[in-house]
Order: sequence, then structure tokens, then C-alpha cells
Amino acid sequence: MAAPNSMGFAKPPEATRIVVAMSGGVDSSVVAALLKSQGYDVVGLTMQLYDHGAMTAKSKTCCAGQDIYDARRVADMIGFPHYVVDYETTFKADVMDRFADGYIHGETPVPCVLCNQTVKFRDLLKAAKDLGADALATGHYVQRIAAPGGAELHCAADPDRDQSYFLFTTTHAQLDFVRFPLGGMNKSETRALATKFGLHIAAKPDSQDICFVPTGDYAAVIKKLRPEAARGGEIVHVDGRVLGKHDGIIHFTVGQRRGLGIGGEADPLYVVRIEPEAARVIVGAKETLLRDAFALHGVNWLGAGNTPPSDGAQVRVKLRNTHAPIAATVFGAGEGAAKVALAAPEAAVTPGQACVFYEGNRVLGGGWIARDTAPAQLPHNLRRQAVATR
Amino acid sequence: MCPAAGDTLSYLDYNASTPVLAEVASAVSAAIGRYGNPSSVHAAGRRARAAVEEAREAVAAMAKARPQDVIFTSGATESNALALRGLAHKGALASAVEHPSILAHNPEVIAVDGDGVIDLAALELILQQRKAPMLVALMFANNETGVLQPITQAVEVARKYGALVHCDAVQAPGKVALDMRAMGVDSLALSAHKFGGLKGAGALVLRPGLDLTPDTLGGGQERRRRAGTENVTGIVGFGAAAVAVPRLLAEAARIAGLRATLETGLRAAAPNARIYAETWPRLPNTTCLALPGVASETQLMRLDLAGIAVSAGSACSSGKIAPSHVLLAMGVAPDEAKSAIRVSLGWENGEKDVSRFLAAWQPLASSAAA
Repeated sequence: MAAPNSMGFAKPPEATRIVVAMSGGVDSSVVAALLKSQGYDVVGLTMQLYDHGAMTAKSKTCCAGQDIYDARRVADMIGFPHYVVDYETTFKADVMDRFADGYIHGETPVPCVLCNQTVKFRDLLKAAKDLGADALATGHYVQRIAAPGGAELHCAADPDRDQSYFLFTTTHAQLDFVRFPLGGMNKSETRALATKFGLHIAAKPDSQDICFVPTGDYAAVIKKLRPEAARGGEIVHVDGRVLGKHDGIIHFTVGQRRGLGIGGEADPLYVVRIEPEAARVIVGAKETLLRDAFALHGVNWLGAGNTPPSDGAQVRVKLRNTHAPIAATVFGAGEGAAKVALAAPEAAVTPGQACVFYEGNRVLGGGWIARDTAPAQLPHNLRRQAVATR
Repeated sequence: MCPAAGDTLSYLDYNASTPVLAEVASAVSAAIGRYGNPSSVHAAGRRARAAVEEAREAVAAMAKARPQDVIFTSGATESNALALRGLAHKGALASAVEHPSILAHNPEVIAVDGDGVIDLAALELILQQRKAPMLVALMFANNETGVLQPITQAVEVARKYGALVHCDAVQAPGKVALDMRAMGVDSLALSAHKFGGLKGAGALVLRPGLDLTPDTLGGGQERRRRAGTENVTGIVGFGAAAVAVPRLLAEAARIAGLRATLETGLRAAAPNARIYAETWPRLPNTTCLALPGVASETQLMRLDLAGIAVSAGSACSSGKIAPSHVLLAMGVAPDEAKSAIRVSLGWENGEKDVSRFLAAWQPLASSAAA
């Protein structure tokens, strides 16, 4: 039997079909050009996710954004087939609506994770299989390392580029089929390859923020998706005092300090909790933000066994993409649920964000941070009755 | 595997565009040398003008019209726009299955039946209600299903109410006999690249004596009905293709035979596949079929990777495929319409193309059945 090729298949690259998820950006374009240069049977797929014209409020623009044109130009120039697949309906239901609903429920969602979990690694992966592909390659900066017990997910070689936080939902079955050819590179190596391959997008800026919020005004997008979201309410101190009014909880994030519009308090105030039912934003001094334990739902576990052990696993966790991992213990708590105990209290435990588990550089999965259910400092009459974990 | 260079492509998308005929290519090569402006008085200009006029005569003869009634345009989209803007002064009606270049002008829409054929009673009812003489736009043959419309009957109805009839006939030349006089229509839209000519050349042909308000203003070209320097090479190719039409028509019976083989094979491979307007008179080359459960885009990609070119619905410039407005107008459920593709055969196709299509399509049919 022949030695495996660079994608891990024991056959020549020409006989190995790799579907490349092409966004039109530098990274995925380099993946496609690189694999093509290695002789693989490359097929590019670009997802049409939302009506670009509608999102930028320019009714006369085409349904396609510049990115689709860029991906197609790269495919034409390098010389491999490229298609656009229409996932507008599923992207709206699985990513945009859930993004809006997250804010409406007082959370701060991470839509990029939802997109990887649904349209990319569920729908696009199926499309790749339908086209007879051996694997789906993406431009993500993470590493897939083959191991005796199955493929493992590891952080990118370049910590500045690491995107593992956004891929915590990747399952064993998906890991089996996907490839991340850029995981061992840094961005300057990728850009150098783009120049070497003569890609017209070599100098294209990295995409920023959330693709369907091109202007950065996420609240406007939420109001468009869910007009009822613009419901004003009170800003309440943890001690029960009503400090002011706000024009919608969707404008707030737990841990936020700026933009509360409140003066005259001795200490700076932070958003401690959001109460969607009463449309109330609870604020307090910095120490009221501290948490050392919280619950997770939607847990994906990539360590030994199918779930985190009920007696706890020592891991390091990231509570935001930009944060350094901190020591914690994760306890399995039934179907898709877990509890996390931090070694030291943290002020950035934000409902709706992901809590991703690491063991060294290896990703062990993660889960969604659930809303606080038993706030200690809150007077009894302000406590929420019962909160179902979403 | 991708078809390697040199591997032949089975091109089964003639309703979208066709190969350029050899005689068109040679006529166009010669015309490239006629660089003069047809409006110039000097010898170079006269040579270019002579080429344009020769093509005009060929196109007129092909459509059974007079040369002076042929207005050259950039293609059928412009021809349709010129008719709807220049003839429909009191408003327009159009069948629900017209091309987007008609429907984009917001005509009042006339329903079609399950085969996509215009409802003549509905047409008459609307014409009765309107006091002013309207323009009725009705295509010769539908580009997606191949369905032929009852043009002469529609003209009879329209005449009773003083209405004009514009016919988008882009799919007719080389596939079925075309006779503008016998049809009795007031205007006809044509496009060169649908029967062996080049893209970028088309015509609006008028009934003798019909007045038209020009849309593109400027110079006095095309008898002041369409300003702008003529696309000499495109027009010359259009003329050469028009001359070749009898030869293309002689292929129609053979192509109809290929389609019969194709449709027999489709039914055998997938009993649940649906062939639209199967029993209504259609263009001899067109099959529109749905394979419920397999999205059009999946079929298109799989066939393309196997070296077979077909199409589906109307693609946005992104490449995204929307369900066909033609099938929806015929009452097809949206889910089924999303699984429809169009196969349109032509003169370079043979048995091998049909068997290659069936071999590549069969696994899709089995996956749908699984």
C-alpha cells in the first residue's frame, strides 16, 4: 500500500477529491491553490449565506457579495471547478435568528461557532460528500492531528491566528472528514503563498467581526430580524436601586462598563446580569461580576469517553476567544450539560459565549455558558423565578 | 475526477447558448477586417454598411419579414425592452412564463395551465376589461420547458380588441419553422447566439408599417429606431447563422430522436422523475425534468464534474439557483421546482452524449430513491 498523501489518503493526489470551502478571502484561497499545486482534484464551494444587498441596505446591489466574485476568480485563474451553494434559508434559521434570539434572551452569542457547527460542518460537509469528495478542507487556523484513537483537534501553530475557540463543536465524525492545511502556518506565510500563487486577493484585508453585520451595528440587524426586540426597561443596581432607563437589553453585554449613561456612583459600574423577562439590566461594582462556577449546555466533548467525566476533568478553559486559558475543572452533568469550576474567580463569564476546554494545545471540546441562575447579591424580590436553560 | 484537458465535454445546454457555426466564424473573421463605421460615407464605411445590410436581408428572409423592418440590437433582452417601451404605450400583458427581460417591465400577468400554456380565455377577459389597446407579450417557445405557445390563436384574440402582439422568439430559429407573417405578430425578438451566432447581436423585427418609439437616442442608425454604431461583426455572424437555419432545421428530427432516447432512459432510471409538458407540443430538443429529493444544484455540480453541461432555473449572478418562475407558474410545488434541471440538445450532440448523461445521472436517481 502506498504511503498516505498529505491529506492522509493512501492514493495519489490526482485520485483524491478535496472540496475546499472558499470564502473569497486569502486563507481559503491559499488552501485551494496549495492543494491544486500538490495535484489534488480540487473543487471549490462558496456558500451564499445572506442577501448582501439587503444587509447593507443597498437594494440595487446584487445578491452576491464581492467575496463570491473573488472566490470564483481564484478558481478560474488556478483552474479548478467552483460552485456556489445556496444556504440562505438555513443560515438565517441556524445562525442569524439564533444570534438575534441570543441577545433577546440576555446573552452575547458567538455566531461564527453556530455557522461552523451548522452550515459549514453539517450542510457544506454533506455537499462535499455528495460530490464524491474524500475530504473537506477549510482555511481555519487549527490543526488536525491524526492519532491512534482518531483525529484530534489542536490549536494553530501560530497562537495569534488560532481559531480553535470557534470550532469547539466539531465532532469526532466531522474531524474525520475535514482538513485544515493552514494550521501549521502563520499569516505571513499564508500571504507569501498567496503572492507566490499570483492570487489577486493576496493583499485583501482579513474579514472583521460578523459577516452579516458589515457595518458593525449588530443592534440594527437584530431589530430588523426581531422588531419586537427594541423593548426599553430599567437599569437596576444589584442593591435594588433603579438607576435609569435603557432602550433595549440587546444593547448590553455582561461585563460591559461603557455606555451605561449613569453618573454619580462612587465606583465604576458594570453590567452584572441581564434579565430578559423584565427587560432589566442589573449593574454593580466590579467584584459583583466575579464568578467561580457556572453551567454549560450544548456540550461537545472530544476527550476520552463520550462526555466529560462526572467526577471532573482538569482542563484549561477559554471564556472568550481573546482570553488566555485558565485552570478549571469540568464535570459532566447529563445529556449535553456540564458544570465548570474555575480555580480562581473570573469577571468575564458571559452567558451565550463559549467555554472551550483545552489540555495543553489540544482542544477537548466546549459548551455554551448558561445564564446565571442563583444570583447571591440580588434581593429576593428581584430574583428570577425559574430559568430554563436554553 | 475533473475532465482532463482534451477530454470532450458533452454540451447539452443549447437553449442557453450554442456552439458558433463554422460559417459564422469565417464570416466574422472576414468582417473584423471591415473596420469602417457603417455610417461613414467613405469606402471603408460603405464596405461595413454593405456587410450589415447583407446580414439584415438574411435575417429578414429567415424570419419571413422585410429587411427594412429588422432593427439590430445587442440581443433579445434589449429587443424585448425596445418592444415593451416602444410599442406598449397603453400598457402590457404577458404570460406568466415569459423571460425575465419581459416580466421585469411589470406587465399584467396572464396565467398559464399545468403545461405552461397561456390561458387564452383569461387573456380575452383582461383585454375585454381594458378600454385601451394593450401590447400582449407571448413567447414562441419556452426556454425552460420547450413548450410552444398558441401564437396564432393569441393573435386572433388580440386583434378583436385592437391589441398588438410581441413575440419573444429566441428559441425558435433552427429548431422549428418560423414565419412572422403567418404568425401575424407585430414584433419579434431574436438573438444570434441561440442558433450558432455570436453573443451581443439580436434583433427586433416589426410588422410592416408599425411605428416604434426609440429608446436609445443619438445617431440615426437603424432608421432612427436604435441609435449607436452597429456591432458589425456580431451582425455579420447573425446573418451567416440565419443563412444556416435550413441546415439546422434538417437536424431537428434527428435531435428529436435523441431526446426520445433520453426521456425513455430517464423514465427507466427514475420512475419518480417528472418530465414537464411531456404531452404538449414542445421544441424538439428540450427536456425539463425534476428529480424529487435531489437539489438542482447538486445535479448540476455532479453532472459538470462528469463533463456534462446542463442548466437549472434562473441563476443569479452569484450562481445561486432560484426555483424556476416558469415551473412555479405551472403550479409545480416549490420543493419539486428546486429539483428541476433542463437538458437542451443541439446539432453537435449524438447518442454518446445521451448515454453519457444517463450514466452520470443514474446514480443521482438511485440516491434519491435510497
